[in-house]
Amino acid sequence: MTLPTYNFAYLDEQTKRMIRRAILKGIAIPGYQVPFASREMPMPYGWGTGGVQVTAAILGPDDVLKVIDQGADDTTNAVSIRAFFAKTANVATTTKTADATIIQTRHRIPEERLQAHQTLVFQVPIPEPLRFLEPRETETRVMHGLEEYGLVHVKLYEDIAQHGHIATTYAYPVKVEDRYVMDPSPIPKFDNPKLGRSPALQLFGAGREKRIYALPPFTEVASLDFEDHPFTVQRFSRPCALCNATGVYMDEVVTDDRGGRMFVCSDTDHCETRQADGHRGPGLPQLGPHAASDRESAR
Amino acid sequence: MPEGALLSVRDVAKSFVMHLRDGVVLPVVANVRFDLFPGECVVLGGPSGVGKSSILRMVYGNYAIDAGSVLMRDPSTGEIRDLGAGDPRLVLAIRHDGIGYVSQFLRAVPRVSAVEIVAEPLVARGVDRADALLRARDLLTRLNLPETLHGLPPATFSGGEKQRVNIARGFITDHPVLLLDEPTASLDAENRDVVTAMIREKLARGTAVLGIFHDQPVRDAVATRTIDVAAFSARKAV
Amino acid sequence: MTDPILSVRGLEKRYGSFVGCTDIAFDVWPGEVVAIVGESGSGKTTLLNCISGRLERSAGEIRYRLRDGRFPDLAELSEAERRFLMRTDWGFVHQNPADGLRMRVSAGANVGERLMAVGARHYGDIRRTAGDWLSRVEIPTVRIDDQPIAFSGGMRQRLQIARNLVTHPRLIFMDEPTGGLDVSVQARVLDLLRGLVTDLSLAVVIVTHDLAVARLLSQRMIVMKGGHIVEAGLTDRVLDDPRHAYTQLLVASIPES
Repeated sequence: MTLPTYNFAYLDEQTKRMIRRAILKGIAIPGYQVPFASREMPMPYGWGTGGVQVTAAILGPDDVLKVIDQGADDTTNAVSIRAFFAKTANVATTTKTADATIIQTRHRIPEERLQAHQTLVFQVPIPEPLRFLEPRETETRVMHGLEEYGLVHVKLYEDIAQHGHIATTYAYPVKVEDRYVMDPSPIPKFDNPKLGRSPALQLFGAGREKRIYALPPFTEVASLDFEDHPFTVQRFSRPCALCNATGVYMDEVVTDDRGGRMFVCSDTDHCETRQADGHRGPGLPQLGPHAASDRESAR
Repeated sequence: MPEGALLSVRDVAKSFVMHLRDGVVLPVVANVRFDLFPGECVVLGGPSGVGKSSILRMVYGNYAIDAGSVLMRDPSTGEIRDLGAGDPRLVLAIRHDGIGYVSQFLRAVPRVSAVEIVAEPLVARGVDRADALLRARDLLTRLNLPETLHGLPPATFSGGEKQRVNIARGFITDHPVLLLDEPTASLDAENRDVVTAMIREKLARGTAVLGIFHDQPVRDAVATRTIDVAAFSARKAV
Repeated sequence: MTDPILSVRGLEKRYGSFVGCTDIAFDVWPGEVVAIVGESGSGKTTLLNCISGRLERSAGEIRYRLRDGRFPDLAELSEAERRFLMRTDWGFVHQNPADGLRMRVSAGANVGERLMAVGARHYGDIRRTAGDWLSRVEIPTVRIDDQPIAFSGGMRQRLQIARNLVTHPRLIFMDEPTGGLDVSVQARVLDLLRGLVTDLSLAVVIVTHDLAVARLLSQRMIVMKGGHIVEAGLTDRVLDDPRHAYTQLLVASIPES
């Protein structure tokens, strides 16, 4: 008999319990950053050590895991983390949003509306939304405690003063249940409206900064703004070049060295699902079964 | 305090203790006692160094007193208050609505124009700024201060020009008691006459004036009574 | 007469066995400027920091008149109330403007921050108010989007003053507000302060070692030495007829002007 090399999902059970307690506290106080004893993970900081620990703590043998990075299932970071859990937990993995029970994400929320049985785990680099103007942790904690959030608007004010509009396009600060101001991780502000009243549980893990926070299902989440500069999301003038989708978040893809470019869905699963359903965007030269590989070559 | 008096100085004594000179005591005045009634101009007389300015300063609260009291009747309520008791807020209140003071020298404030310096006491008493400036200009014009100087800070003015700004500032308000410390010292004959006329107008309106005038013609023109300060001087006793 | 806005009784601050200040008692009334003078180490800054809630006292009473008329000891207020007071009803002007400004945030946002902190959420209004205050402190409004890092010392100090006054505070604490400035610049800042204090009828407690500043700005003066108040009174009385040996020394030390 050989001893297992790892515990299920890499982390030992005591550590998982500690993380679960932090998660439960985070769920009990939506938007509040719960400190936790972040562990060293077999990957560098910045690669999602926080998200991986949260995922490891909530993962069960029957879960189906999807991992995306900037909306894509096929980038190095996503592939590595998916492989990590396939190996250490032997769980099923998928790229289909609808099939996943846990989705770990870096910098996006899937286009497809999440369901009540799903959990979205965000990788967070800097959990403190006040950090850019107040470097002292002791002070930011008091500010959260006393709901002193004028500073966040100072940042937005600076945006408008410099750019004529709120130029913050990602990690756009939100207020949770009219209480805690929260950094939603560097998702595009396009995704901010999806944070609120979501049927799915949303968990946020910051490994280096040792913080966990959460949005329980159906939490009210408001993006901060000014009365005369209300919050708006990015709009794209053209549909996805591959699947013709509108109202989705797009990536700009350079197609040649003569200035050629096209806009395609950032959410690869969403794009591929639409193409499989027969949607064809203007950037596709011909109908065919290999739309995905066309897109790859376009990159 | 006698009936009708605005100000009553009762048995006031003053000396300076020079702590930097081994605590030597310099007596200035003692047993100073006089009353001041509306419409009279009481002149403090006596040789230089006898304590005239010190008495004015004590009445204004600028010097503390060692003994006695300086009683001031509140012009509106009739209440009698002792500003010699050393309560700074009482002194400030009495300076606000009771006693005005024209010192020998203008304490110029950097960057503030002559007309604003003159108007300031009115503004501080709630007069509309534009009205106050208008009255300030009128006064300065009456004192023959060239209009080109009105808008300039007095720091670069001549002694006589500064003094006229100082006089205008002291005369613009309607304090029931007005203290004048040699207001005409650095003025030419023409402006001396203007100031004399201004003092007489104050007296005619019932203001009580207590002053020091070395200038014989001015003194003769305004004085209703002279007090010989030498009688109070504590120095001769030493 | 009205009631005091600030009342200090039996205040003491000790650092171990060292006495920062002790046996301090005085009142500040609305609309009056009180100067605390003394040399380095006299305890004047310790006193200022205690009464402004920036330093914990060892003993004594500090009461403040709230807008609703209550007169609680600051220690009775919750931290939230105290901090709210500090950014609305109070101001603090530091000697070094960098201590009181956000140096990497535009002048407009520096002034607007207090407004946003009390819930202003209309960008246009905030910016207009910030612009008004910049003009009041004689900073050209075209510089509203510049960071204080690009300002001269005098401009920074004026910006700090504007930032403090935008919420119409009733009590301002100042720690050597002109101490770090060139003489030529001092006069302008002083004159500005003098005008604002009168126009807004602010109560001010100002710490300074400069007797000329005290004379120009304050009505009343407190002289400190070795942590004690040695003399207090009307500013011109203290300066023209100093009674305590130390005050006489201070006054004798200024060159005749």
